[in-house]
Amino acid sequence: MTSLRTFLQAFVLLVGMAAAAVAGPYEDALPRFAADSYADTEAAIGAVAGSGHGQSLSLVEALRDERLMIAAGQVYIRDAAGKFVDAATGQAVEPPAGAKPVRVNNRVRRAIEAALGSMTLLSTDAGTRLDAARAVFRSRDAAALPALEKAIAQESDADLRNALESARAAIVLSKPDASSSQKLAAIEILHARGDQDALALLSSLPPGTSADVSEAAAKAAEGIRSRLALWSAVQNVWYGVSLGSVLLLAAIGLSITFGTMGVINMAHGEMVMIGAYATFLVQEVIRTHAPGLFGASLFIALPLAFLVAGLIGILIERTVIRFLYGRPLETLLATWGISLILQQGVRTIFGPTNREVGTPAWMSGALELGGLSLTYNRIAIVVFAFAVFATLLLVLRYTSLGLYVRAVTQNRRMAGSMGIRTNRIDALAFGLGSGVAGIAGVALSQIDNVSPNLGQGYIIDSFMVVVFGGVGNLWGTLVGAMTLGVANKLLEPYAGAVLGKIVLLVAIILFIQRRPRGLFALKGRAVEA
Amino acid sequence: MSMLNMTRRHLMALASAALVSGAVMGTAQAQETIKVGVLHSLSGTMAISETTLKDVMLMLIEEQNTKGGLLGKKLEAVVVDPASNWPLFAEKARELISQSKVSAVFGCWTSVSRKSVLPVFKELNSVLFYPVQYEGEESERNVFYTGAAPNQQAIPAVDYLAKEEKVERWVLAGTDYVYPRTTNKILEAYLKSKGVKSEDIMINYTPFGHADWQTIVADIKKFGSAGKKTAVVSTINGDANVPFYKELANQGVKATDIPVVAFSVGEEELAGIDTKPLVGHLAAWNYFQSVDTPDNKAFIEKWKTFTKNDKRVTNDPMEAHVIGFNMWVKAVEKAGSTDPDKVIDAIVGVEVPNLTGGVSKMLPNHHITKPVLIGEIKEDGQFDTVSQTDALVPGDAWSKYLDGSKDLIADWKDLKCGNYNTATKKCGA
Repeated sequence: MTSLRTFLQAFVLLVGMAAAAVAGPYEDALPRFAADSYADTEAAIGAVAGSGHGQSLSLVEALRDERLMIAAGQVYIRDAAGKFVDAATGQAVEPPAGAKPVRVNNRVRRAIEAALGSMTLLSTDAGTRLDAARAVFRSRDAAALPALEKAIAQESDADLRNALESARAAIVLSKPDASSSQKLAAIEILHARGDQDALALLSSLPPGTSADVSEAAAKAAEGIRSRLALWSAVQNVWYGVSLGSVLLLAAIGLSITFGTMGVINMAHGEMVMIGAYATFLVQEVIRTHAPGLFGASLFIALPLAFLVAGLIGILIERTVIRFLYGRPLETLLATWGISLILQQGVRTIFGPTNREVGTPAWMSGALELGGLSLTYNRIAIVVFAFAVFATLLLVLRYTSLGLYVRAVTQNRRMAGSMGIRTNRIDALAFGLGSGVAGIAGVALSQIDNVSPNLGQGYIIDSFMVVVFGGVGNLWGTLVGAMTLGVANKLLEPYAGAVLGKIVLLVAIILFIQRRPRGLFALKGRAVEA
Repeated sequence: MSMLNMTRRHLMALASAALVSGAVMGTAQAQETIKVGVLHSLSGTMAISETTLKDVMLMLIEEQNTKGGLLGKKLEAVVVDPASNWPLFAEKARELISQSKVSAVFGCWTSVSRKSVLPVFKELNSVLFYPVQYEGEESERNVFYTGAAPNQQAIPAVDYLAKEEKVERWVLAGTDYVYPRTTNKILEAYLKSKGVKSEDIMINYTPFGHADWQTIVADIKKFGSAGKKTAVVSTINGDANVPFYKELANQGVKATDIPVVAFSVGEEELAGIDTKPLVGHLAAWNYFQSVDTPDNKAFIEKWKTFTKNDKRVTNDPMEAHVIGFNMWVKAVEKAGSTDPDKVIDAIVGVEVPNLTGGVSKMLPNHHITKPVLIGEIKEDGQFDTVSQTDALVPGDAWSKYLDGSKDLIADWKDLKCGNYNTATKKCGA
């Protein structure tokens, strides 16, 4: 009995000493960061976030950016300049030897996001508040509820208020002790929100939810589902237009070379590749010499890609293709050979691996429009494709070069007798077509690999578009590209990517059987058959 | 750039010199050197991955020669280029074995190229070391599989996601060919055996080089909004990965929401992507460049010196070649001969250190033991190992989870059979 009492006394004494040594939950949590265990780190984040300590925000931010350092069991915050601060005292210290950042994984990252969300709900910056509301919406951390209520009460911006309210709804819905009426109100808010996230919440109610709440949630989820189905149809059409514009970009140069001269240019894809590599080089130079210009790198690359690809095109025409006019089979083989030479050449110079072409900030992310999510890079490519198309149309319609090209296309011998130097026009038209392929490469570098094989992936599709649309007709190419793009994307959800493509190819074969000259056959006197 | 250029030209010269000497000198030189065939595509679509492996082989052979060669003779690399053309693989393999008289061949990447050379190796009785993770369901007397079998990569990765990320819904996305199809079949059977329902598994195949991922990424997002934690298991191959990851980033799919674990994306593939939006997505391999062991540090150092480029990365199939080459060297020393029959008998049971701190062993089924590492992509394009098996995992030639193969075992030591049926007690399925 006495021994037990002694033991208890000793225990009480020990606990008392421990309490005196550490000041609060924040200091308590710190050693857990040094444990090098994701579970400990995760628990420590929760404790730090709830501690209300002055250092906690900067500590969690440091953890997010891998600036929270450990050395000999002590935790330090390193700032952007490399200075160290003791996480416990907030005092600046000399950088300790052997400091390593605390490791984070997805689980820890989620905890960081949730913690930052609950800590920055009352931030003075509207952007931070919005991020915080979204983070809390995802984390559904019930501990954030009081801060959330406070934030909602003082929020004046309607959008932000919406975000905060749906965050509260998300918490209420997954909280076991919330009343039915609260939950029904939450379901109403989520129903109004109507996106996939809301749907996910509504279809994952915790077990033990009352029947009326489950019923209301099911009804709301059904409503959201039918609304989303409608949007997804629109979304598919957009995907189709976006794929169509990629096809248009790849094929439009070919429509000139194939159209005017009837040259089956198998090296067309490599012109696209050269354009993409030109973009890579421009970005490399900008990265090392003028990082500030990075946002404009694509605009700088455009004329360069046009020039480089165009000049190579003219070179190929002058040295190889002009000796092979009128012999399509030989042209096909020769240009196929050129395409292999160009691929291997690029592989030798730049190496076989992919090259990294960065996406400027203004092309990253997505625009949320109703139930649609339009990625900025796709929007930019659609706009760009149409701009290239319009420019080319104007060039062919209103410039003397365009006039000559059209004359040669329609009747080579007659054009020759009228004093047009068909030779020169051939070279220029080939250069124009190749140059346009080059600028297509600038755009494609944003969505595809910049590797020696880049062009190969587009050559078949390009020929398909041009033949389908009608050889030698820009409008045909436009309609052909858009038709194929949209048809492909409408088929894909039902048939899958592989089968969809097969169905499309079969359809084109049948179509070409019926109309060998494509959608818009060029009409003219004495078009060479 | 010029540095890279130089290296490449240097290597090309070396390779062609080796080729010429291999072809011209014929028998006169055969007594003095031991020839090692390198069968990797240096042009065409697969050059992106295979060129590196050729360079690794040249480095290993050079290193072995500075150590004094093998059995008192110098090693000599015979490099051929099968140009990513599957039938050409078989032709070049025949050329290596019958004309250049190589003692062993290190090569192939895609399963179809391996299948194409198999009959040649059987007919001419030579040995092939195959360094890439593959779908399993195979064990040949003449082939040594130093890459991962599905139970050394795919299944541990799925286990990790289920345990650590609490994933309940699975998207199995792959390129439409034999490796993803077989791997996904195994994974589907495995997941179902763990109680995952059919409606919680979505399987999706895309053509080679698929570039337009808008619909599929949107589908994945939709599939992931059913209220259960969702993950993507990707067997997407080669070039199609970059547009896939770009689309994921653009549509805002973050690793904290829907993680993607890939079996074909390593350091080399990430070198061509802006990895900032990919932080947290995962890969499962048996080796990462970031693994902190003295052996690995030394290897990376040697590799950078050899290629004269300190930006070159190392990856899993490279380590597989290191292990395979060292095992072959040991087996030849043990057998005292490069004769394929003697090497095949001697190599089973041979142990060599791998680069992750363990010792890999050649098993009777011609697969090896390897650790399984799960890594998360970091901002610098390297992987942070978040999970590693405690012990080395022995490779299974035949999957336990497929009806057609669960009774099969391979044993080239005692049973002398690649597909022994333990139910019927017969060799040959």
